[in-house]
Formats: sequence, C-alpha cells, structure tokens
Amino acid sequence: MTVSLTIENLSAHYGQTQVLKDLSISVAAGELVSLLGSSGCGKTTTLRIVAGFLQPTSGNVKLGDRDLTTLPAHARDIGLVFQNYALFPHLTVQENVAFGLKQRGISSADRAKRATAMLERVGLANLADRLPGALSGGQKQRVALARALVIEPPLLMFDEPLSNLDAKLRVDMRVEIRQLQKANGTTSLYVTHDQEEAFSISDRVAIMNAGRIMQLDTPEVLYQKPANAFVARFVGFENLIPMKTVARDGAIVTVEAAGGARLHLSQDVFGPIKDDFVLATRPDGLVVRQEGEGIPTTLGTRTYLGRAYQYKCETAAGEITANGALSELFEPGAKAVLVPVPEQCCILAPEK
Amino acid sequence: MTARIHPLLGALAILVFLFLLAPLVIIIGASLSNTTYLTFPPQGLTLRWFANIFEISAFRNTALTSFQVAILGTGLSLLIGIPAAYALNRYRIGLPKWLGTLFVLPILVPEIVFGFSLLKSVTIGMGLPVYPSLIIGHALLVLPYSVRVVGASLASFDFSVEEAAISLGCPPLKTFFTVVLPNIRAGVIAAFILAFITSINDVSISVFLTGPGISTLPIQILAHMEQFFDPTIASVSVLLMLVTVGVMAIVEMTLGLTFLTK
Repeated sequence: MTVSLTIENLSAHYGQTQVLKDLSISVAAGELVSLLGSSGCGKTTTLRIVAGFLQPTSGNVKLGDRDLTTLPAHARDIGLVFQNYALFPHLTVQENVAFGLKQRGISSADRAKRATAMLERVGLANLADRLPGALSGGQKQRVALARALVIEPPLLMFDEPLSNLDAKLRVDMRVEIRQLQKANGTTSLYVTHDQEEAFSISDRVAIMNAGRIMQLDTPEVLYQKPANAFVARFVGFENLIPMKTVARDGAIVTVEAAGGARLHLSQDVFGPIKDDFVLATRPDGLVVRQEGEGIPTTLGTRTYLGRAYQYKCETAAGEITANGALSELFEPGAKAVLVPVPEQCCILAPEK
Repeated sequence: MTARIHPLLGALAILVFLFLLAPLVIIIGASLSNTTYLTFPPQGLTLRWFANIFEISAFRNTALTSFQVAILGTGLSLLIGIPAAYALNRYRIGLPKWLGTLFVLPILVPEIVFGFSLLKSVTIGMGLPVYPSLIIGHALLVLPYSVRVVGASLASFDFSVEEAAISLGCPPLKTFFTVVLPNIRAGVIAAFILAFITSINDVSISVFLTGPGISTLPIQILAHMEQFFDPTIASVSVLLMLVTVGVMAIVEMTLGLTFLTK
C-alpha cells in the first residue's frame, strides 16, 4: 500500500522570520525525493512539519487521502531516521527495533519475530542484545533504519542520516538505504546538504533556498539544465556571464558580453534566446584557445587538476574559471580566448 | 615512575585533610567520653550516650519528623523540579535566561532570610499548620537541587530520542515516562540524595517553621544543647553522620559517587 505525499502551499514562521514560503512538493508513491540546500534553507523545517513536530502557519500535508496537517505527531505513522541516530540508550538493539511494534499493540512473540527479521535484513542480527552505546556509527544508523522500517510506514523520512558517518561508510550506507527503500517501495523524503548524496540516492531532488524550492527535477536535468542562476551555481556552473543580444539572423543570435566580446549562438542548440540573459558554464564548458571567437582574457593563476589545468581568467566581464587541456600549456599572464562549448552551456534569466 | 611531589605541597595536603577530618574525629571521640560534659580527648570509653538518645523521646520523635519531612519535602521538590527542569531544557531557546536562575534563588538568598520569609508567608500568611509548612519549606529549600541536578542530566539528553519515540507512535506523556525518565534516572536519584541530605541537616529554615510539639532533629539537638552540655549531642551528631555516610555508601555501590560530582 504505497501512497503519495502531497505538501501544499506550506508557509512557516519562527517568530517574525518566515522560513517557508508557499512551498509545494508532491512525492509519488514509492518515490524518493530529496530536499537539498544549505543550512537555513528550510529543508529540515519542512521535514519537521511533515513529521508533526512543527505547525505550519498555513498550508497542508497529505499522505494519500489522509490529511496529516492537524494530526498529532504520534498518530502520523511515519518512519523517521535522524542525523544523530536517536536510538533509545536504555534499550537493547532488539528492543529499539521492537519499540514501534509495541506501541501498535503487537504481541511480544510477533514483535520479536519481526524485529529479528528486520535486524537480519540490515545485517545486525548478531548484535540484537547489545545496547546502542556499544555500536559503531554505521551500526547505529542501521538499527535506526531497521526501527523505522519495521513498522512498515507509508512514508519514510531521513534527516541528514549520513552526516555523522565517515566518507567511505556514507557511500555504502546510501546504497543500502536506497536498496531497502526500493525493495519496500516506501515513499520517502530525504533531507541533506550533500549534493552528491542527494543526486545518487534520489528519484528527484528539490533544490531549496530561503524557504523556496528553486527547482525540483531528476538529478540529470538539475545537473545539465539548471533552471535558474541559483541552481546553476549550486550544481557547479561557476561562471555566470551576463550577455546582451545585439543582432538576430534566423536561428543565429549575435550576443555581446561586457567589454564588447561577441559570440554567435544558435537558437537550435540553446532554445529561444532573450535580449538579456546569463551564459552559465562550468570550468569545463570553456576552452582556452590562442585565438578564435570567444571572450578575450589575461590568464591568471594556473592549478593542476590531474585531468586538466584550471586557470583563473581576468576578462572585461569579470573573473572566469576555465579548464585548459593538458596538451596545451599556457603561462600565467598570457593573452588567450575563452571559447564556450555549446553543449556545456546554459542560457538563464539574469539574476535580480 | 611516580610523580615527584614537593614536600611542602605534601605537607599542605595533609594539613587540609586534617582540617577536614579533625572535627569528625573530635565529635566521635567526644561521643564516647565517660563524662557528663562534652570533652576531648574522651575520658574513659562508653556507649551510654548513644543509649541515652533512644531513651529521650524528644530525639525519637524529632528524628521521625526529620525523616518524614525530608522524604516528603524532597518528593514534593522532585514533583515540581523534574517538570521544571524538563521545560527549561526542552524549550531552552524559547525561554528567557533568568527563568532558570529563578529556581536557584533559595540557595542564593541567605537561609535565615528565606526561613523568616517562609514563616511570614506560609505559617502566618496562609495560616498553615506546622507540619505542612515544614514540608513546603523544605521542598522549596531543596528545589534548586532538584531542578539543577535533574537539569544537568537533561542537558546531556538528546531530545531527538524523544521525537523518535513519538514518531514510532508513542504519545508524548507516555514517551516521557518510558523514554525520558529512564535516561535521566541517575540525575533524579542524585537530586533526591542531595536534597534529602540538605533537608535532614537543615537548621535555619526549620528553626522558623517548627512549632509547638513538632520539631526536627537538628533543632532538637540545639534545644538539648542549651539545657544539657552532655555528650548526647556528640553521639546524635555521629548518628547523623552515619546516616549520611550510609546514603553515600549506597550511592557508591549502586551508581558510583562520581556522578554526584559530574
């Protein structure tokens, strides 16, 4: 019985500060959606509202046909996995996992059977009698996961579940979480500030900023086609170069950057090009050349990246970061031209 | 390899220990003296002053009152103190800072002033009988220990554990008893012991709140000393000390003393 989660027009305040601004998300049945953003963007607030620990100022939360908005937290039937594990320190691993079943009035024989089965699934059956204090971080988070899954909740929520683990374990655990989530087909909401984690684990990712969703899409679309300057910067489009259209000739548009550098862009590649826009690229999206059609520059600091050299480039349109091929070495101070690679560039609305 | 200790430092340490322990040694010595007046070193050895305590009904009655008041007063202070400490820690961000200080006031105000104000407000103002005023007075006197010591336990309690229980379907009040309370158990016991010892040894509050027919043991000791300057006082003091030591020993055996100093 997988159900969808619908968050509609959610607003929330801490005192006078508005932390969520008319936020809407829907998570399809069985889907895993991540809320991604830096601290203070409202992602945890959203999760806590869905969990019932915070009351929104307006808006509502629905799980299937069930309206959760005014339901107390303990009646919402949501599996939660916390950043700091939040295991019951005075209960054994087995009792931790069985806790939710006990609240549901399930007989102790049944509880033991289901808790044991779930512990086997997360590979911790041999630690059932330990207290949480005797477990490693990864083991603790597995117990927390088992505890949340064993109640077979229609919705699972994760609040930065891997932040306290070391890098290698983080990667292993996120694969494990994803496998369990898919096998159970549980609708899931996942909060993280780690882009790689969000992209690797999610069906779709919502990039949040200042209480709003900037873009909600699949990781592929977010990575290749950010919808706005904020998302572009977030996913690594370091160069946002303001441009103006100066001439149009069919599909070909002549554009000009500050300082007068002119480029010819095809609307067949970029789609419709407005009069004022921003050309966004990653450092890889600009080729450093001796000459050609591009943005003239004086090369600054050079850094060796292994797969390429990275240059800090002074241009009339501001500082730009570009990667140059290993085969063609430029010295700092050299004059060069930055040539955009169309497939790796995005055209975005100017920032306000 | 052993650490070298400067001889002066060693001597100083011995002096400090002497200073701390000498009164106890003197009291124990005096309580065994076979004289009718307090003296040290004891002249001859006897246990008759200990026997004498149990022959004087005033000591028996006041000891009983002291225990009752200490247990009920401490219990009452925990009933108020645990929820207060919980609220102060759980909602720390939303509460003004001075609110926590409010609960320490009984320690900050000179006890004699506190005792007098209790007499004015509880016994005279509210017209309460002696026994309930004693219990209320002692509850207020030891409230700082309840709030502070339980609070220290709660400060290291991770409240997301509470949220985890709630998310698993446990209602908030039940969560408090099944998840929060077991995890602050040590703090509650420590608070009880500190409060109990403070209450049973208290003079300055009790002196205002005791009345005709009802008194506590320390007040009775004072009263006895004014009339008879015999070693009974010393032997009662030794018994009080033994009660304290006994309580501490139980703590040490069950929880370890370190948690009192944490």
